[in-house]
Amino acid sequence: MSFEFPLLSLIIWLPILFGIAVFATGNDHNAQLSRWIALIGSILGFLVAIPLYSGFDIATGTMQFVENHVWIERFNVNYHVGVDGISMPLILLNCFITPLVVIAGWEVIKERVSQYMGAFLVMSGIVNGVFASLDAILFYVFWEASLIPMFLIIGIWGGPNRVYAAIKFFLYTLLGSLLMLIALIYLYLASEGSFSIEDYHKLAIPMTPQILIFVAFLLAFAVKVPMWPVHTWLPDAHVEAPTGGSVVLAAILLKLGGYGFLRFSLPIAPDASQYLSTMMIVLSLIAVVYIGLIALMQTDMKKLIAYSSVAHMGFVTLGFFLFNAYGIEGAMVQMISHGFISGAMFLCVGVLYDRLHSRQIADYGGVVNKMPVFAAFFMLFAMANAGLPGTSGFVGEFMVIMSAVQVNFWYAFLAATTLIFGAAYTLWMYKRVIFGAVASSAVESLEDISKREFVLLSILAISVLWIGVHPFPVTEVMHTTVNQLLTHISSSKL
Amino acid sequence: MNFIPPDFAPASSEIFMLIMVCVVMLADLTVGDNKRYLAYLLTQVSLLGCAVLTYASFSSESVQTFHGMFIDDAMGDILKLMIFGTVSAVLVYSYAYITDRDMLRGEFFSLILFATLGMMVMISASHFLTLYIGLELLSLSLYALVALRRDSVIATEAAMKFFVLGALASGFLLYGMSLVYGATGTLHVSQLAQIIQSGASSKEVLVVGLVFIVAGIGFKLSTVPFHMWAPDVYQGAPTAVTLFIGSAPKFAAFGFVMRLLIEGMGEMVSDWQGMLVILAVMSMAVGNIAAIAQSNIKRMLAYSTISHMGFLLLGFISADVNGYSSALFYVIAYVLMTLGTFAMIMLLCRAGFEAENINDFKGLSKRNPWYAFITLLFMLSLAGIPPMIGFYAKFAVLQAVVNAGFVWLAVMAVMFSLIGAFYYLRIIKLMYFDEPETTEPIVPNGDVKILFSANGLAVLLLGIFPQGLMGLSLYAIQNTM
Repeated sequence: MSFEFPLLSLIIWLPILFGIAVFATGNDHNAQLSRWIALIGSILGFLVAIPLYSGFDIATGTMQFVENHVWIERFNVNYHVGVDGISMPLILLNCFITPLVVIAGWEVIKERVSQYMGAFLVMSGIVNGVFASLDAILFYVFWEASLIPMFLIIGIWGGPNRVYAAIKFFLYTLLGSLLMLIALIYLYLASEGSFSIEDYHKLAIPMTPQILIFVAFLLAFAVKVPMWPVHTWLPDAHVEAPTGGSVVLAAILLKLGGYGFLRFSLPIAPDASQYLSTMMIVLSLIAVVYIGLIALMQTDMKKLIAYSSVAHMGFVTLGFFLFNAYGIEGAMVQMISHGFISGAMFLCVGVLYDRLHSRQIADYGGVVNKMPVFAAFFMLFAMANAGLPGTSGFVGEFMVIMSAVQVNFWYAFLAATTLIFGAAYTLWMYKRVIFGAVASSAVESLEDISKREFVLLSILAISVLWIGVHPFPVTEVMHTTVNQLLTHISSSKL
Repeated sequence: MNFIPPDFAPASSEIFMLIMVCVVMLADLTVGDNKRYLAYLLTQVSLLGCAVLTYASFSSESVQTFHGMFIDDAMGDILKLMIFGTVSAVLVYSYAYITDRDMLRGEFFSLILFATLGMMVMISASHFLTLYIGLELLSLSLYALVALRRDSVIATEAAMKFFVLGALASGFLLYGMSLVYGATGTLHVSQLAQIIQSGASSKEVLVVGLVFIVAGIGFKLSTVPFHMWAPDVYQGAPTAVTLFIGSAPKFAAFGFVMRLLIEGMGEMVSDWQGMLVILAVMSMAVGNIAAIAQSNIKRMLAYSTISHMGFLLLGFISADVNGYSSALFYVIAYVLMTLGTFAMIMLLCRAGFEAENINDFKGLSKRNPWYAFITLLFMLSLAGIPPMIGFYAKFAVLQAVVNAGFVWLAVMAVMFSLIGAFYYLRIIKLMYFDEPETTEPIVPNGDVKILFSANGLAVLLLGIFPQGLMGLSLYAIQNTM
């Protein structure tokens, strides 16, 4: 193999190195310096990820930009990274969101600035590592390591109940992943000493172990997605996390679970996936319908968006287990678009929270009178969250519903209720917060968004509209990979 | 009749250590109170000397001497080198603590060196008597160390408990050894293995003896149900002594299990495997659950030790080179983490103030961000979160267990370690999420500062690059089996 520039390593380690540099700036006397280093680091992190897209060969479903080095010889663990059409868009999404998070925390975070900024940069690198890993242990190390910065972010900069939320977040996720570790060790032994994920894809496994492996993976990924009924950590974590934390949690960390299904569950245990697909679809539909109803009842804006995230991610898992190209591609588009929309929604709530220090819907009303520009942005994102055609939210949901119709009319019917519920809870919240008479003197004193916030929201608004109108660049890169995945799943591995 | 002296060369480091202990004791007699550091320096020199001697004679071949009672092999040498390093680090960490508490005396150092000698003998024993002598030398030194502050009621109580239970366990062990002797007619480890293999001995007697031996091992490793001494001793002993008890003797205990159970009675694996499974599961359960209820940090760490020892036993259960080397790697990782954690407790102590409560960790990240970060690494490592070394230790052991066909055991182990994660996270929570109760600055000596930082970074870096240590563990075991 000829020498190639280690692009993926750069994408993984550059943010981490910048994160360490930010930590090194020390205490809050150097706050401005840490902010700038963090911003430069995160923007560089995005820039180096662009060649991943421009140099990506859409005609092949094999791994690209592969690097493979021996890491732990004793257990045949390799530093093996590479991307395909599934992981590449997610890495780009992550690199795109990180600078936004840094900008979002620019003036808001005043205490322990270097630790805050550094934690986000380190996490960005770790998450890139998760998406790029082709070695199971490397994947697991990055996967678990991503808990640490998020735990600290929620616990240090979070709201009043942050300790409970942080520990719940950590233990819940750990519960899922520990069983995955055992499944990986089992696969290591079954494959006679390999931790390569691609080897696992080819490995023939009898039905019973396949089901057990599927369940072990399911626990890990279902907690992360999160699927009903293991979603309860998410509203707590979201409500308590600082704005930046919520954005990353919703936009990036939830995608790790979805990615896990595509990289592990489906290709490694295809027969078990088929066998248990009805269960998975039912769980997904419960998330869509039931959680949608719960979201209606929320009085806290962040909690409402958190529940809407669970419902939207229900669409993602639904799409995976319909086993056709529309379903999986729709789910992928849904993941990407949810990254933008939920991030934007949390930023909007953050904008209000920074001014009034309340997340309660009841404390607001008539905001449009004081913040017209903000109200316009918020309107766009609320519509996108409800799945309005022309925004990115519509594309994914439409594709998944189309796919569901092919499988079973009632699946599609139930899934389509989200278009009603989604519109109901989002727009009802929007109406109560933005419209009406000015609710209180506090609202009276609101000022419209600053330049920093304007830039932030514009970038997201453009992305949401662009994918909504022209999703082709996103679907085109994943097309070959998804088709190959489907062919792979349809052949039995027993 | 001509007398052929045995070959002393393989035991040169033990002999050197014995001489140096006497030198330390005598030298301390002659100096006044203002020159007590002399004993400290001499102790460090002895450890260094032993390390040099051991390293110089290092070879992958095993040599027996003293009529087969003493063995010098790769595993022994590696374990000894680890012990020297650990004891030396213990002394560096403890120096300020014992100075403040008027414990900077010759007794402290000579007892530590005697205990070290005991460990060295244990590790190199290839005969049950040598093994027992080493064990008693270690144990008696430890009893005395715990009782070193005779004015402290709690320390005296701990020492009494330790002594009585320890003597009982030694009795068990001796009784078990005598039964084994009765069945096989030998106390030589290698001959014992041959006789058991030939099937010439009474199986029933052997199994009864084995039960007693496993009970003795269980006590020394502090595994449930023989763990009762550990929480009291950890809490009652001066923190410097707790640090010592919690670290280096674990290497010796590993060597002890290897010589006695694996090399001596490896043929009876089907008999002791089941016993170890029970010990391991109970230790992980009791250790992890009881630790949650503790507010005393030393007591909490005692229960954490119990659970870790349960994990360690998992490595032995798989009964192959793969498992033993995983267990060795686990011990190394465990000692690294324990050293650092207790060092942090001692950093929090001041003259006249004992840091005992977990609340003393409150707001550490505001008092000193760097030490809080290092402690964060230790806690995550103890909880087994990658990329810290503690994760690879657990991973290696779990891999061995699954390989041996005990998938259910692996599932139980990870469930208990999930419970365990909670109380390590609680320390992180106290350090990072809470406000400090005191603004007293933490001002360690320069050497402690460097060692502590190196210790913490080792936990992280050896986690990112674990191959070296894993390879070393494998090498040690392969050259012994």
